[in-house]
Amino acid sequence: MNPGRASELRRYLAGYGLSHVLTGAAFGAVYWQKLGARDTLGIVFALGFIQVLVHFRCFLYIGLRRSARDALQLLLLSTLIIGLMVSGTLVILVNLHRRMM
Amino acid sequence: MSADELGHVGSTLGERAVFGFWVFLMSDAVIFALLFATYGSLLDATAGGPTPAALFRIGDSLIETWLLLSSSFTFGMASIAMKYGNARENVGPLLAWSAVTVVLGLSFTGMELHDALTLFQQGAYPSRSGYLSVLFALVPFHGLHVVGGSIWLIVVMVQLLTFGRDVRVNMNMLRLGLFWHFLGIVWVAIFSVVYLQGLIR
Repeated sequence: MNPGRASELRRYLAGYGLSHVLTGAAFGAVYWQKLGARDTLGIVFALGFIQVLVHFRCFLYIGLRRSARDALQLLLLSTLIIGLMVSGTLVILVNLHRRMM
Repeated sequence: MSADELGHVGSTLGERAVFGFWVFLMSDAVIFALLFATYGSLLDATAGGPTPAALFRIGDSLIETWLLLSSSFTFGMASIAMKYGNARENVGPLLAWSAVTVVLGLSFTGMELHDALTLFQQGAYPSRSGYLSVLFALVPFHGLHVVGGSIWLIVVMVQLLTFGRDVRVNMNMLRLGLFWHFLGIVWVAIFSVVYLQGLIR
């Protein structure tokens, strides 16, 4: 088998396996909920964030390789834009919500 | 330029075409992110109507997650078959993996549709409360993307049967791969923010 093919296959398998583990852990943390609501939510969001990174790495091939660097920079810029837009939206809506109470 | 060269990294034309598609994906990501922000700000706006905890069933979301995750994996297998297949006319494994991906994608949306109908029967329709409006904006928007991706994949399969693995079909498949895996990522955000957050006691 071609070495490039073998390494890509390994990458997809690793991504698939890891995302099953992470999904299972997140659903398990909610199904058999042992901790308080706030802690459980923190765990779910942390696991979700890790899973997003795994998907980017294993399925979308984002990394520090030269050919992926443009996409990585675009991704970071978009994250910044999204951060600004989302936090701005939340600040305004939460403020409105308080004033309406 | 052969189809094989385009399949590998290192072709500037292929890279540029894929980068353009990344820009589109990021604009789509902005729409999703703002829908999520709206969702977060309307979480408590149930107006006496059904709450998330009363509506969601954890088993259904888990099965949907499995379906979409597996479709990401089978799409990866199709990409490998596209990239490393030996003969230009040998599209058998590629078509098989694509077909599995389409079936998984459509089962996912079928299940989502079934869920939505169940919600309607429980009196949870979009005009009931602000919360339900944004729920029915966010989740079906993603489902619509999956349906679009499935139709696109069927078109690629027809192209493969007609043209074989030529350069344009190869590019089409590369872009669709990005789109499909992107939808998987958005779903991770949806099940964490919408379903799991709603079910936490």
